Amino acid sequence: MTPLTYIRASDRADALARVGTDGRFLGGGTNLVDLLRQNVEQASALVDISRLDGAIREIEGGGLLIDASVKNAALAAHPIVRSRYPVLARALLAGASAQIRNMATVGGNILQRTRCMYFYDADGARCNKRQPGAGCDALDGFNRYHAILGASDQCVATHPSDMCVALAMLDAVVHLSGPAGERQVPLMDFHVLPGDMPQIETVLKPGELITGIELPPPSDAIANSEYRKVRDRSSYAFALISVAGGLSLANGQVTQIRIALGGVAAKPWRASRAEHALLGRAPTPDAFLAAIREELVDAQPLSGNAFKIGLVERTTVAVLTALAGANA
Amino acid sequence: MICVNGIEISPPDDARVSLLDLLREHLHLTGTKKGCDQGACGACTVLLDGDRVLACLTLAAQAEGRDVRTIEGLSGESDDLHPLQRAFVEHDGLQCGYCTPGQICSAIAMAEELRRGDPSYVTHDLAAGPPVATRAEIRERMSGNLCRCGAHNGIVEAIEAMLAETAA
Ligand SMILES: Cc1cc2nc3c(=O)[nH]c(=O)nc-3n(C[C@H](O)[C@H](O)[C@H](O)COP(=O)(O)OP(=O)(O)OC[C@H]3O[C@@H](n4cnc5c(N)ncnc54)[C@H](O)[C@@H]3O)c2cc1C
Ligand code: FES
Ligand code: FES
Repeated sequence: MTPLTYIRASDRADALARVGTDGRFLGGGTNLVDLLRQNVEQASALVDISRLDGAIREIEGGGLLIDASVKNAALAAHPIVRSRYPVLARALLAGASAQIRNMATVGGNILQRTRCMYFYDADGARCNKRQPGAGCDALDGFNRYHAILGASDQCVATHPSDMCVALAMLDAVVHLSGPAGERQVPLMDFHVLPGDMPQIETVLKPGELITGIELPPPSDAIANSEYRKVRDRSSYAFALISVAGGLSLANGQVTQIRIALGGVAAKPWRASRAEHALLGRAPTPDAFLAAIREELVDAQPLSGNAFKIGLVERTTVAVLTALAGANA
Repeated sequence: MICVNGIEISPPDDARVSLLDLLREHLHLTGTKKGCDQGACGACTVLLDGDRVLACLTLAAQAEGRDVRTIEGLSGESDDLHPLQRAFVEHDGLQCGYCTPGQICSAIAMAEELRRGDPSYVTHDLAAGPPVATRAEIRERMSGNLCRCGAHNGIVEAIEAMLAETAA
């Protein structure tokens, strides 16, 4: 780690004014401190925003506005999140460990970087994300954890967040503030696919701050929602794949359906094709399987992760079948 | 200032110093252990304003104005062992002991999370009241503390004993 200055911001305006061109915002530090120490990232100044206001407020119309510095643990334990947005509480609780959830902020979780081991190996591996044009050692290396959807020949890394899969499923909106003012971006448009510029991971502009996340008012499918994560050990491990699902029924037909997938792409993957295929259909395991297969027609497995296709299929069918049972 | 086990300490001049290195290298409080230095093992767990955190990924500067408690600060005024330390001895909650300070700090905060009613990934009904501290709950909640010696069964038993003692 190269020498740096530490600044504790007193409020948002102070944070924006002091981050400058070379500074970085510091949330819980659970990703950034690690990346700086491994020399994957560099910064001359850290502007600590982890102690800024961390409120969770109900807003007009029934949604929820969550400040960016709210800790992952506090969000998961919040009574409104637990009762009205169960998919989000479960996804948060599926991530990392209790210690890390006490430190990690909502803003930092959204901006956490891939866990691709070649990205992390600054001294020993080629990585187009870390060093554009260098090549990608994951393409024919250890790619068990890598993408099956939306990847490119430049980068096959996945976004590792559990929380973001739930946010994608919920149609959450990211609130931003920067030198050019404030704006809002749907979470689904916030992360971008690698294409030939895998170093660009989001639409965040330099010096821009995530100020919060807005959740829509809960619908029936959100009230009846779940998150299931499949990993190499049962806790404290990143997802191989995960499924966030929400569903409601009327007269034996699917009236609302929401599906998002984790561990399959460089961004949380909203399974819109599968959703479309299921609307108005009877909620049978066969229909669920056919729908998720439709979503995965473009999947391109790598040498070490073809198993993810079957795993996504079975996990999606299991989640939706359980939700249909709960809603019947 | 940073309050470490009740004593006020100046933060280090170099902003890169982690809370873990401040404790071990600057204050010689070597009870807190460094396992991986990258958030993956839990050996460095300490209590920050009562919450369990990883000292290896916390910059010392971030602890300014806060209360840090380490394994050395658990017994308080008397030199008696903390009830959980006694339970670890009684239930063979350790072999080499390297993960133990982290396990103990972690479990003390976990007991408070359970008391508050915080859910975990294995809590069936997230919206219901305080979860029951089953073995499955304890194992999930303690999964951030690895033990290379595999003393987990004794660790869970020691925690169960402490929870039973404080409930009594
Ligand atoms: C061992 C380990 C296991 C883990 N397992 C999981 C897991 O299973 N699932 C999972 O989802 N995650 C997991 N994580 C990752 C963890 O969730 C993230 O590290 C955490 O959410 C990052 O939040 P933070 O506040 O600590 O971010 P920081 O590390 O402080 O920051 C991360 C990035 O976000 C930027 N940033 C932070 N806040 C803002 C803001 N408000 N506006 C603009 N930029 C901002 C920083 O500049 C930095 O680039 C794990 C981490 C570790 C170390
Ligand atoms: S040393 Fe901090 S988690 Fe391993
Ligand atoms: S007792 Fe040896 S690592 Fe746990």
